[in-house]
Amino acid sequence: MSDSLRDAKAKSDDARKPDRGGNPPVRPAANGQDAVLSLRGLNKEYERGKPVLTDISLDFPARGVVAIIGPSGTGKSTLIRCINRLVEPTSGEVLLGGRDLTKLRGARLRAARREIGMVFQEYNLVERLSVIENLLCGRLGYVPLWRVWTRRYPDADIARAFELLDRVGLGEFATRRADALSGGQRQRVGIARAVMQSPKLLLADEPTSSLDPRTSVEIMTLMRDIAAERDIPVIINIHDVALAKRFATRIVGMSEGRVVYDGPPEDLADSHLQQIYGRGDAGEWIG
Amino acid sequence: MSADTAPQDAAGLRARAFRPDWRMRAIWAGFAVYVVYAAGQLNFTWDRFVIGLDRGAVFLGRMFPPEFARWQLLAEGLLESLQIAVIASAVGILLSLPIGLMAARNLMPVFVTVPARALIALARSFHPIIVAIIFVKAIGFGPLAGIFALILGSIGFVAKLFAEAIEEISLKQVEAVRATGASFMGVVIMGVLPQVLARFIGFSTYQLDSNLRNSTMVGIVGGGGIGGTLFAAFQRFDYDFVAAILICIIAMIMAGELIATWLRKTFQ
Repeated sequence: MSDSLRDAKAKSDDARKPDRGGNPPVRPAANGQDAVLSLRGLNKEYERGKPVLTDISLDFPARGVVAIIGPSGTGKSTLIRCINRLVEPTSGEVLLGGRDLTKLRGARLRAARREIGMVFQEYNLVERLSVIENLLCGRLGYVPLWRVWTRRYPDADIARAFELLDRVGLGEFATRRADALSGGQRQRVGIARAVMQSPKLLLADEPTSSLDPRTSVEIMTLMRDIAAERDIPVIINIHDVALAKRFATRIVGMSEGRVVYDGPPEDLADSHLQQIYGRGDAGEWIG
Repeated sequence: MSADTAPQDAAGLRARAFRPDWRMRAIWAGFAVYVVYAAGQLNFTWDRFVIGLDRGAVFLGRMFPPEFARWQLLAEGLLESLQIAVIASAVGILLSLPIGLMAARNLMPVFVTVPARALIALARSFHPIIVAIIFVKAIGFGPLAGIFALILGSIGFVAKLFAEAIEEISLKQVEAVRATGASFMGVVIMGVLPQVLARFIGFSTYQLDSNLRNSTMVGIVGGGGIGGTLFAAFQRFDYDFVAAILICIIAMIMAGELIATWLRKTFQ
Protein backbone atom coordinates (compact mmCIF):
# COMPACT_ATOMS: atom_id res chain seq x y z
CA MET A 1 0.00 0.00 0.00
CA SER A 2 2.90 2.34 0.61
CA ASP A 3 4.45 1.81 -2.81
CA SER A 4 3.22 5.17 -3.97
CA LEU A 5 4.76 6.68 -0.89
CA ARG A 6 8.12 5.08 -1.53
CA ASP A 7 8.01 6.43 -5.05
CA ALA A 8 7.23 9.86 -3.72
CA LYS A 9 10.08 9.60 -1.25
CA ALA A 10 12.52 8.43 -3.89
CA LYS A 11 11.49 11.31 -6.07
CA SER A 12 11.90 13.80 -3.28
CA ASP A 13 15.30 12.37 -2.43
CA ASP A 14 16.36 13.17 -5.96
CA ALA A 15 14.87 16.59 -5.81
CA ARG A 16 16.44 17.35 -2.49
CA LYS A 17 19.81 18.56 -3.78
CA PRO A 18 20.66 22.26 -3.49
CA ASP A 19 17.95 24.90 -3.46
CA ARG A 20 17.85 26.14 0.11
CA GLY A 21 17.58 29.71 -0.99
CA GLY A 22 13.99 30.70 -1.51
CA ASN A 23 11.08 29.13 0.29
CA PRO A 24 11.36 27.48 3.65
CA PRO A 25 12.68 24.04 2.86
CA VAL A 26 9.71 21.77 2.73
CA ARG A 27 12.02 18.92 1.87
CA PRO A 28 14.85 18.59 4.35
CA ALA A 29 18.19 17.13 3.51
CA ALA A 30 18.30 13.45 4.24
CA ASN A 31 21.94 13.24 5.24
CA GLY A 32 21.29 14.40 8.79
CA GLN A 33 23.55 17.44 8.38
CA ASP A 34 21.02 20.17 7.73
CA ALA A 35 18.31 18.44 9.64
CA VAL A 36 18.11 19.15 13.36
CA LEU A 37 16.43 15.83 13.93
CA SER A 38 16.53 12.66 11.89
CA LEU A 39 14.71 9.43 12.54
CA ARG A 40 16.22 6.35 10.95
CA GLY A 41 14.29 3.11 10.64
CA LEU A 42 12.42 3.65 13.89
CA ASN A 43 10.34 0.72 15.13
CA LYS A 44 8.33 0.31 18.28
CA GLU A 45 6.44 -2.68 19.59
CA TYR A 46 4.87 -2.58 23.06
CA GLU A 47 4.09 -6.26 22.62
CA ARG A 48 6.13 -8.58 20.47
CA GLY A 49 4.71 -9.00 17.03
CA LYS A 50 2.36 -6.02 17.37
CA PRO A 51 4.25 -3.09 15.90
CA VAL A 52 2.96 0.38 16.74
CA LEU A 53 5.56 2.12 14.59
CA THR A 54 7.08 0.50 11.53
CA ASP A 55 10.25 1.72 9.90
CA ILE A 56 9.82 5.45 10.38
CA SER A 57 12.51 7.50 8.67
CA LEU A 58 12.04 11.26 8.68
CA ASP A 59 14.19 14.37 8.67
CA PHE A 60 13.10 17.53 10.37
CA PRO A 61 14.56 20.86 9.26
CA ALA A 62 15.97 23.44 11.64
CA ARG A 63 12.94 25.68 11.32
CA GLY A 64 9.27 25.55 10.62
CA VAL A 65 6.29 23.65 11.91
CA VAL A 66 5.84 20.00 10.98
CA ALA A 67 2.41 18.56 11.71
CA ILE A 68 1.99 14.82 12.10
CA ILE A 69 -1.58 13.89 11.32
CA GLY A 70 -3.39 10.60 11.55
CA PRO A 71 -6.23 8.85 13.35
CA SER A 72 -5.89 8.18 17.05
CA GLY A 73 -4.11 4.97 17.91
CA THR A 74 -1.88 5.20 14.89
CA GLY A 75 1.30 5.76 16.88
CA LYS A 76 1.68 9.55 16.71
CA SER A 77 2.11 9.90 20.47
CA THR A 78 4.47 6.95 20.57
CA LEU A 79 6.51 8.44 17.75
CA ILE A 80 6.87 11.79 19.45
CA ARG A 81 7.78 10.13 22.78
CA CYS A 82 10.40 8.00 21.06
CA ILE A 83 12.16 11.24 20.13
CA ASN A 84 12.85 12.30 23.73
CA ARG A 85 12.81 8.68 24.90
CA LEU A 86 9.86 8.96 27.23
CA VAL A 87 9.13 5.78 25.29
CA GLU A 88 11.97 3.43 24.35
CA PRO A 89 12.06 2.68 20.64
CA THR A 90 12.46 -1.02 19.86
CA SER A 91 14.97 -0.32 17.13
CA GLY A 92 16.21 2.48 14.92
CA GLU A 93 18.03 5.73 15.45
CA VAL A 94 17.01 9.17 16.69
CA LEU A 95 19.67 11.64 15.61
CA LEU A 96 19.53 15.03 17.29
CA GLY A 97 22.25 17.28 15.93
CA GLY A 98 23.90 14.17 14.51
CA ARG A 99 23.99 12.33 17.86
CA ASP A 100 22.03 9.12 18.33
CA LEU A 101 19.78 9.57 21.37
CA THR A 102 18.84 5.91 21.52
CA LYS A 103 22.39 5.10 22.66
CA LEU A 104 22.39 7.57 25.55
CA ARG A 105 21.80 6.70 29.19
CA GLY A 106 21.63 8.46 32.53
CA ALA A 107 23.02 11.97 32.74
CA ARG A 108 23.80 12.18 29.02
CA LEU A 109 20.26 11.20 28.11
CA ARG A 110 18.91 13.86 30.48
CA ALA A 111 21.27 16.44 28.99
CA ALA A 112 19.88 15.59 25.56
CA ARG A 113 16.30 15.64 26.84
CA ARG A 114 16.59 19.16 28.20
CA GLU A 115 17.26 20.32 24.65
CA ILE A 116 13.85 19.03 23.59
CA GLY A 117 10.86 20.96 24.92
CA MET A 118 7.54 19.17 25.08
CA VAL A 119 3.95 20.37 25.20
CA PHE A 120 1.22 17.91 26.23
CA GLN A 121 -2.39 17.28 25.37
CA GLU A 122 -3.57 17.72 28.94
CA TYR A 123 -0.94 20.38 29.71
CA ASN A 124 0.57 18.15 32.43
CA LEU A 125 1.41 21.05 34.70
CA VAL A 126 2.28 20.16 38.27
CA GLU A 127 -1.06 21.30 39.58
CA ARG A 128 -0.10 22.10 43.14
CA LEU A 129 2.85 24.25 42.12
CA SER A 130 2.53 27.90 41.23
CA VAL A 131 2.69 29.02 37.62
CA ILE A 132 6.19 30.42 38.00
CA GLU A 133 7.38 27.20 39.67
CA ASN A 134 5.98 25.26 36.74
CA LEU A 135 7.93 27.46 34.36
CA LEU A 136 11.07 26.94 36.38
CA CYS A 137 10.55 23.19 36.07
CA GLY A 138 11.83 23.81 32.57
CA ARG A 139 15.24 24.53 34.11
CA LEU A 140 15.45 21.26 36.04
CA GLY A 141 17.90 19.84 33.54
CA TYR A 142 20.30 22.72 34.18
CA VAL A 143 19.97 23.72 37.81
CA PRO A 144 21.61 21.74 40.65
CA LEU A 145 19.28 19.88 42.98
CA TRP A 146 19.91 21.91 46.12
CA ARG A 147 18.87 25.05 44.27
CA VAL A 148 15.67 23.32 43.18
CA TRP A 149 14.96 22.04 46.69
CA THR A 150 15.49 25.46 48.28
CA ARG A 151 13.91 27.24 45.29
CA ARG A 152 17.12 29.23 44.82
CA TYR A 153 17.03 29.25 41.05
CA PRO A 154 19.61 31.49 39.35
CA ASP A 155 18.48 35.10 38.95
CA ALA A 156 18.75 34.84 35.18
CA ASP A 157 16.32 31.90 35.14
CA ILE A 158 13.79 33.72 37.26
CA ALA A 159 14.04 36.84 35.11
CA ARG A 160 13.56 34.72 31.99
CA ALA A 161 10.56 32.97 33.52
CA PHE A 162 8.82 36.29 34.15
CA GLU A 163 9.74 37.50 30.69
CA LEU A 164 8.28 34.38 29.10
CA LEU A 165 5.20 34.57 31.26
CA ASP A 166 4.61 38.06 29.94
CA ARG A 167 5.19 36.80 26.42
CA VAL A 168 2.43 34.22 26.76
CA GLY A 169 0.19 36.86 28.32
CA LEU A 170 0.01 35.51 31.87
CA GLY A 171 2.21 38.03 33.65
CA GLU A 172 -0.15 38.56 36.56
CA PHE A 173 -0.68 34.85 37.19
CA ALA A 174 2.89 34.11 38.36
CA THR A 175 2.05 33.07 41.91
CA ARG A 176 -1.33 31.53 41.12
CA ARG A 177 -1.51 27.78 41.56
CA ALA A 178 -1.57 25.95 38.24
CA ASP A 179 -4.87 24.21 38.99
CA ALA A 180 -6.57 27.60 39.26
CA LEU A 181 -6.05 28.32 35.54
CA SER A 182 -8.32 27.62 32.59
CA GLY A 183 -7.34 25.11 29.92
CA GLY A 184 -6.03 27.70 27.49
CA GLN A 185 -4.04 29.42 30.22
CA ARG A 186 -2.58 26.12 31.33
CA GLN A 187 -1.44 25.31 27.84
CA ARG A 188 0.24 28.72 27.63
CA VAL A 189 2.12 27.84 30.79
CA GLY A 190 2.94 24.47 29.23
CA ILE A 191 4.42 26.20 26.19
CA ALA A 192 6.36 28.63 28.36
CA ARG A 193 7.73 25.74 30.43
CA ALA A 194 8.93 24.00 27.29
CA VAL A 195 10.57 27.17 25.98
CA MET A 196 12.24 27.71 29.38
CA GLN A 197 14.39 24.70 28.52
CA SER A 198 16.09 26.74 25.78
CA PRO A 199 15.28 23.81 23.52
CA LYS A 200 16.66 23.06 20.08
CA LEU A 201 13.39 21.42 19.22
CA LEU A 202 9.81 21.69 20.41
CA LEU A 203 7.52 18.66 20.49
CA ALA A 204 3.78 18.97 20.97
CA ASP A 205 1.49 16.03 21.52
CA GLU A 206 -2.08 16.98 20.53
CA PRO A 207 -1.67 20.40 22.19
CA THR A 208 -5.16 21.57 21.23
CA SER A 209 -7.25 18.43 21.70
CA SER A 210 -8.49 19.47 25.12
CA LEU A 211 -9.33 23.02 24.03
CA ASP A 212 -12.21 24.74 22.31
CA PRO A 213 -11.73 25.72 18.64
CA ARG A 214 -10.99 29.37 19.29
CA THR A 215 -8.47 28.69 22.03
CA SER A 216 -6.94 26.02 19.82
CA VAL A 217 -6.17 28.60 17.18
CA GLU A 218 -4.71 30.94 19.81
CA ILE A 219 -2.50 28.20 21.15
CA MET A 220 -1.32 27.15 17.70
CA THR A 221 -0.58 30.77 16.82
CA LEU A 222 1.34 31.27 20.04
CA MET A 223 3.35 28.11 19.54
CA ARG A 224 4.21 28.92 15.94
CA ASP A 225 5.18 32.52 16.73
CA ILE A 226 7.15 31.86 19.89
CA ALA A 227 9.08 29.12 18.09
CA ALA A 228 9.74 31.37 15.11
CA GLU A 229 10.99 34.19 17.34
CA ARG A 230 13.48 31.84 18.93
CA ASP A 231 14.27 29.90 15.81
CA ILE A 232 13.08 26.59 17.23
CA PRO A 233 11.58 23.97 14.93
CA VAL A 234 8.29 22.45 16.04
CA ILE A 235 6.86 18.97 15.58
CA ILE A 236 3.16 18.79 16.38
CA ASN A 237 0.93 15.74 16.63
CA ILE A 238 -2.50 16.87 15.69
CA HIS A 239 -5.59 15.12 14.43
CA ASP A 240 -7.31 18.32 13.31
CA VAL A 241 -6.43 18.48 9.63
CA ALA A 242 -7.70 22.03 9.17
CA LEU A 243 -5.45 23.34 11.95
CA ALA A 244 -2.54 21.32 10.60
CA LYS A 245 -2.96 22.76 7.12
CA ARG A 246 -3.29 26.25 8.49
CA PHE A 247 -0.22 26.29 10.69
CA ALA A 248 2.20 23.71 9.38
CA THR A 249 4.88 24.22 6.77
CA ARG A 250 4.97 20.48 6.23
CA ILE A 251 2.62 17.63 6.92
CA VAL A 252 3.42 14.04 7.73
CA GLY A 253 0.46 11.70 7.45
CA MET A 254 0.50 8.47 9.40
CA SER A 255 -1.65 5.41 9.22
CA GLU A 256 -1.22 2.19 11.16
CA GLY A 257 2.26 3.08 12.33
CA ARG A 258 3.65 4.04 8.95
CA VAL A 259 4.26 7.32 7.17
CA VAL A 260 1.86 7.49 4.24
CA TYR A 261 2.22 11.15 3.29
CA ASP A 262 5.08 13.58 3.64
CA GLY A 263 4.90 16.91 1.93
CA PRO A 264 3.66 20.49 1.95
CA PRO A 265 0.14 21.14 3.22
CA GLU A 266 -1.08 22.46 -0.10
CA ASP A 267 -0.32 19.13 -1.78
CA LEU A 268 -2.35 17.17 0.75
CA ALA A 269 -5.26 15.91 -1.32
CA ASP A 270 -8.46 14.11 -0.43
CA SER A 271 -6.96 10.92 -1.71
CA HIS A 272 -4.18 11.25 0.87
CA LEU A 273 -6.66 11.92 3.63
CA GLN A 274 -8.60 8.84 2.64
CA GLN A 275 -5.42 6.86 2.82
CA ILE A 276 -4.62 8.30 6.25
CA TYR A 277 -8.03 8.22 7.84
CA GLY A 278 -9.65 5.44 5.89
CA ARG A 279 -12.78 5.53 3.78
CA GLY A 280 -15.22 8.39 4.00
CA ASP A 281 -15.75 11.87 2.74
CA ALA A 282 -12.40 13.53 3.18
CA GLY A 283 -14.03 16.95 2.98
CA GLU A 284 -15.34 16.42 6.49
CA TRP A 285 -11.92 16.68 8.02
CA ILE A 286 -10.64 19.68 6.24
CA GLY A 287 -13.92 21.52 6.78
CA MET B 1 -36.37 -17.24 25.25
CA SER B 2 -38.43 -16.79 28.40
CA ALA B 3 -40.51 -14.22 26.60
CA ASP B 4 -42.93 -16.83 25.26
CA THR B 5 -43.09 -19.04 28.36
CA ALA B 6 -46.38 -18.94 30.18
CA PRO B 7 -46.96 -16.01 32.59
CA GLN B 8 -45.72 -16.93 36.06
CA ASP B 9 -47.30 -16.15 39.40
CA ALA B 10 -45.90 -13.41 41.66
CA ALA B 11 -44.01 -15.78 43.95
CA GLY B 12 -42.29 -17.38 41.02
CA LEU B 13 -41.14 -13.97 39.69
CA ARG B 14 -39.96 -12.96 43.15
CA ALA B 15 -37.90 -16.13 43.44
CA ARG B 16 -36.38 -15.40 40.06
CA ALA B 17 -35.52 -11.80 40.95
CA PHE B 18 -34.07 -12.49 44.39
CA ARG B 19 -32.58 -15.94 44.31
CA PRO B 20 -32.02 -17.24 47.88
CA ASP B 21 -28.33 -17.53 48.69
CA TRP B 22 -28.14 -20.59 50.95
CA ARG B 23 -24.39 -20.39 51.29
CA MET B 24 -24.45 -16.86 52.75
CA ARG B 25 -27.35 -17.82 55.05
CA ALA B 26 -25.36 -20.78 56.37
CA ILE B 27 -22.32 -18.58 57.02
CA TRP B 28 -24.37 -16.02 58.96
CA ALA B 29 -26.16 -18.71 60.97
CA GLY B 30 -22.83 -20.34 61.86
CA PHE B 31 -21.42 -16.98 62.95
CA ALA B 32 -24.44 -16.34 65.23
CA VAL B 33 -24.11 -19.80 66.81
CA TYR B 34 -20.43 -19.22 67.51
CA VAL B 35 -21.08 -15.85 69.22
CA VAL B 36 -23.59 -17.49 71.59
CA TYR B 37 -21.19 -20.38 72.25
CA ALA B 38 -18.23 -18.07 72.95
CA ALA B 39 -20.32 -15.93 75.32
CA GLY B 40 -21.22 -19.09 77.28
CA GLN B 41 -17.58 -20.14 77.46
CA LEU B 42 -16.44 -16.78 78.87
CA ASN B 43 -19.24 -16.49 81.44
CA PHE B 44 -20.54 -13.43 79.55
CA THR B 45 -23.85 -13.29 81.41
CA TRP B 46 -26.22 -10.68 82.78
CA ASP B 47 -25.60 -11.75 86.40
CA ARG B 48 -21.87 -11.28 86.00
CA PHE B 49 -22.51 -7.82 84.54
CA VAL B 50 -24.64 -6.79 87.53
CA ILE B 51 -21.88 -7.85 89.94
CA GLY B 52 -19.49 -5.74 87.88
CA LEU B 53 -21.76 -2.71 88.19
CA ASP B 54 -21.44 -2.75 91.97
CA ARG B 55 -17.67 -2.82 91.82
CA GLY B 56 -17.72 -0.05 89.22
CA ALA B 57 -19.72 2.19 91.53
CA VAL B 58 -17.20 1.73 94.34
CA PHE B 59 -14.31 2.39 91.94
CA LEU B 60 -15.83 5.58 90.56
CA GLY B 61 -16.67 6.72 94.10
CA ARG B 62 -13.02 6.43 95.13
CA MET B 63 -11.89 8.41 92.10
CA PHE B 64 -13.66 11.56 93.26
CA PRO B 65 -12.57 14.10 94.01
CA PRO B 66 -9.45 13.82 91.82
CA GLU B 67 -6.30 14.51 93.75
CA PHE B 68 -3.95 17.09 92.22
CA ALA B 69 -1.73 17.49 95.29
CA ARG B 70 1.13 15.60 93.63
CA TRP B 71 0.98 17.85 90.58
CA GLN B 72 4.76 17.95 90.22
CA LEU B 73 4.92 14.19 89.67
CA LEU B 74 2.02 14.54 87.27
CA ALA B 75 3.58 17.36 85.28
CA GLU B 76 6.90 15.58 85.10
CA GLY B 77 5.28 12.44 83.66
CA LEU B 78 3.14 14.36 81.20
CA LEU B 79 6.09 16.39 79.98
CA GLU B 80 8.11 13.23 79.45
CA SER B 81 5.24 11.67 77.49
CA LEU B 82 4.97 14.78 75.36
CA GLN B 83 8.70 14.68 74.65
CA ILE B 84 8.55 10.99 73.76
CA ALA B 85 5.66 11.69 71.37
CA VAL B 86 7.30 14.67 69.68
CA ILE B 87 10.72 13.05 69.26
CA ALA B 88 9.23 9.77 68.03
CA SER B 89 6.99 11.64 65.57
CA ALA B 90 9.81 13.79 64.23
CA VAL B 91 12.22 10.89 63.70
CA GLY B 92 9.53 8.45 62.56
CA ILE B 93 8.02 10.84 60.03
CA LEU B 94 11.45 11.84 58.72
CA LEU B 95 12.36 8.17 58.21
CA SER B 96 8.96 7.47 56.64
CA LEU B 97 9.66 9.87 53.79
CA PRO B 98 12.46 7.87 52.12
CA ILE B 99 11.01 4.50 53.14
CA GLY B 100 7.59 5.40 51.74
CA LEU B 101 9.19 6.67 48.55
CA MET B 102 11.13 3.44 48.16
CA ALA B 103 7.98 1.42 48.70
CA ALA B 104 6.04 3.17 45.90
CA ARG B 105 5.66 0.61 43.14
CA ASN B 106 5.01 3.15 40.39
CA LEU B 107 8.38 4.87 40.87
CA MET B 108 10.73 2.19 42.09
CA PRO B 109 11.94 -1.13 40.74
CA VAL B 110 10.89 -4.34 42.48
CA PHE B 111 14.23 -4.91 44.17
CA VAL B 112 13.76 -1.64 46.05
CA THR B 113 10.05 -1.85 46.81
CA VAL B 114 10.11 -5.40 48.19
CA PRO B 115 12.61 -4.72 51.02
CA ALA B 116 10.94 -1.38 51.79
CA ARG B 117 7.53 -3.05 51.95
CA ALA B 118 8.90 -5.85 54.10
CA LEU B 119 10.28 -3.27 56.54
CA ILE B 120 6.91 -1.52 56.70
CA ALA B 121 5.09 -4.81 57.20
CA LEU B 122 7.48 -5.68 60.02
CA ALA B 123 6.90 -2.30 61.65
CA ARG B 124 3.16 -2.84 61.42
CA SER B 125 2.95 -6.42 62.59
CA PHE B 126 2.92 -5.78 66.36
CA HIS B 127 0.88 -3.54 68.58
CA PRO B 128 3.00 -0.67 69.98
CA ILE B 129 2.77 -2.16 73.47
CA ILE B 130 4.47 -5.38 72.35
CA VAL B 131 7.15 -3.40 70.53
CA ALA B 132 7.61 -1.30 73.67
CA ILE B 133 8.09 -4.42 75.82
CA ILE B 134 10.67 -5.73 73.34
CA PHE B 135 12.61 -2.45 73.43
CA VAL B 136 12.44 -2.22 77.22
CA LYS B 137 13.90 -5.73 77.41
CA ALA B 138 16.49 -4.93 74.72
CA ILE B 139 17.79 -1.51 75.77
CA GLY B 140 16.51 -1.13 79.31
CA PHE B 141 13.90 0.93 81.15
CA GLY B 142 13.30 4.56 80.33
CA PRO B 143 12.01 6.90 77.67
CA LEU B 144 14.49 5.73 75.02
CA ALA B 145 12.69 2.39 74.76
CA GLY B 146 9.36 4.20 74.41
CA ILE B 147 10.74 6.50 71.74
CA PHE B 148 12.07 3.58 69.69
CA ALA B 149 8.79 1.73 69.98
CA LEU B 150 6.81 4.72 68.73
CA ILE B 151 9.30 5.47 65.93
CA LEU B 152 8.72 1.97 64.61
CA GLY B 153 4.97 2.42 64.87
CA SER B 154 5.17 5.76 63.06
CA ILE B 155 7.09 4.20 60.17
CA GLY B 156 4.54 1.43 59.89
CA PHE B 157 1.70 3.90 59.55
CA VAL B 158 3.10 6.96 57.77
CA ALA B 159 5.42 5.18 55.33
CA LYS B 160 2.67 2.79 54.26
CA LEU B 161 0.10 5.52 53.63
CA PHE B 162 2.73 7.74 52.01
CA ALA B 163 3.66 4.95 49.60
CA GLU B 164 -0.02 4.46 48.76
CA ALA B 165 -0.45 8.21 48.18
CA ILE B 166 2.51 8.20 45.79
CA GLU B 167 1.04 5.26 43.93
CA GLU B 168 -2.06 7.35 43.25
CA ILE B 169 -0.36 10.44 41.82
CA SER B 170 -0.87 11.68 38.27
CA LEU B 171 1.92 10.23 36.16
CA LYS B 172 1.18 12.81 33.47
CA GLN B 173 2.64 15.52 35.67
CA VAL B 174 5.62 13.30 36.38
CA GLU B 175 6.10 12.62 32.68
CA ALA B 176 6.17 16.34 31.95
CA VAL B 177 8.83 16.96 34.59
CA ARG B 178 10.83 14.01 33.29
CA ALA B 179 10.64 15.44 29.78
CA THR B 180 12.50 18.58 30.91
CA GLY B 181 15.63 16.49 31.48
CA ALA B 182 15.23 16.44 35.25
CA SER B 183 17.16 13.86 37.24
CA PHE B 184 15.29 11.30 39.32
CA MET B 185 15.53 13.42 42.45
CA GLY B 186 14.52 16.47 40.44
CA VAL B 187 11.40 14.60 39.35
CA VAL B 188 10.70 13.60 42.94
CA ILE B 189 11.11 17.15 44.27
CA MET B 190 9.14 18.99 41.60
CA GLY B 191 6.87 16.29 40.16
CA VAL B 192 6.04 13.88 42.97
CA LEU B 193 6.29 15.70 46.29
CA PRO B 194 4.04 18.63 45.36
CA GLN B 195 1.31 16.12 44.55
CA VAL B 196 1.53 14.25 47.86
CA LEU B 197 2.80 16.84 50.34
CA ALA B 198 -0.61 17.86 51.64
CA ARG B 199 -1.59 14.24 52.25
CA PHE B 200 1.77 13.53 53.86
CA ILE B 201 1.19 16.39 56.30
CA GLY B 202 -2.22 14.89 57.00
CA PHE B 203 -0.82 11.44 57.81
CA SER B 204 1.92 13.00 59.91
CA THR B 205 -0.48 14.98 62.08
CA TYR B 206 -2.63 11.88 62.58
CA GLN B 207 0.50 10.06 63.64
CA LEU B 208 1.52 12.85 66.02
CA ASP B 209 -1.95 12.58 67.50
CA SER B 210 -1.68 8.83 67.83
CA ASN B 211 1.87 9.02 69.23
CA LEU B 212 0.63 11.43 71.89
CA ARG B 213 -1.89 8.83 73.01
CA ASN B 214 0.53 5.93 72.77
CA SER B 215 3.23 7.84 74.66
CA THR B 216 1.00 7.74 77.75
CA MET B 217 0.85 3.98 77.39
CA VAL B 218 4.47 2.88 76.83
CA GLY B 219 5.23 3.89 80.43
CA ILE B 220 3.03 1.03 81.70
CA VAL B 221 5.64 -1.42 80.43
CA GLY B 222 8.58 0.73 81.51
CA GLY B 223 9.05 2.86 78.42
CA GLY B 224 8.96 6.21 80.18
CA GLY B 225 6.33 8.91 80.49
CA ILE B 226 3.11 9.36 82.47
CA GLY B 227 2.11 5.72 81.94
CA GLY B 228 4.52 4.57 84.64
CA THR B 229 3.01 7.00 87.14
CA LEU B 230 -0.49 5.94 86.15
CA PHE B 231 0.33 2.25 86.54
CA ALA B 232 1.90 2.83 89.97
CA ALA B 233 -1.18 4.75 91.10
CA PHE B 234 -3.40 1.88 89.99
CA GLN B 235 -1.28 -0.61 91.87
CA ARG B 236 -1.48 1.42 95.07
CA PHE B 237 -5.26 1.91 94.70
CA ASP B 238 -4.73 5.70 94.57
CA TYR B 239 -7.83 6.04 92.46
CA ASP B 240 -8.18 9.78 93.12
CA PHE B 241 -4.68 10.32 91.73
CA VAL B 242 -5.57 8.01 88.81
CA ALA B 243 -8.53 10.29 88.08
CA ALA B 244 -6.27 13.34 88.09
CA ILE B 245 -3.86 11.67 85.66
CA LEU B 246 -6.66 10.58 83.33
CA ILE B 247 -8.11 14.11 83.26
CA CYS B 248 -4.70 15.53 82.36
CA ILE B 249 -4.20 12.94 79.63
CA ILE B 250 -7.59 13.79 78.14
CA ALA B 251 -6.69 17.49 78.22
CA MET B 252 -3.36 16.81 76.52
CA ILE B 253 -4.93 14.65 73.80
CA MET B 254 -7.58 17.28 73.10
CA ALA B 255 -4.96 20.01 72.88
CA GLY B 256 -2.98 17.80 70.51
CA GLU B 257 -6.05 17.23 68.39
CA LEU B 258 -6.63 20.97 68.11
CA ILE B 259 -3.04 21.57 67.04
CA ALA B 260 -3.21 18.73 64.50
CA THR B 261 -6.40 20.10 63.00
CA TRP B 262 -4.87 23.54 62.75
CA LEU B 263 -1.75 22.08 61.08
CA ARG B 264 -3.84 20.17 58.53
CA LYS B 265 -5.83 23.27 57.73
CA THR B 266 -2.68 25.34 57.27
CA PHE B 267 -1.28 22.91 54.70
CA GLN B 268 -4.74 22.01 53.35
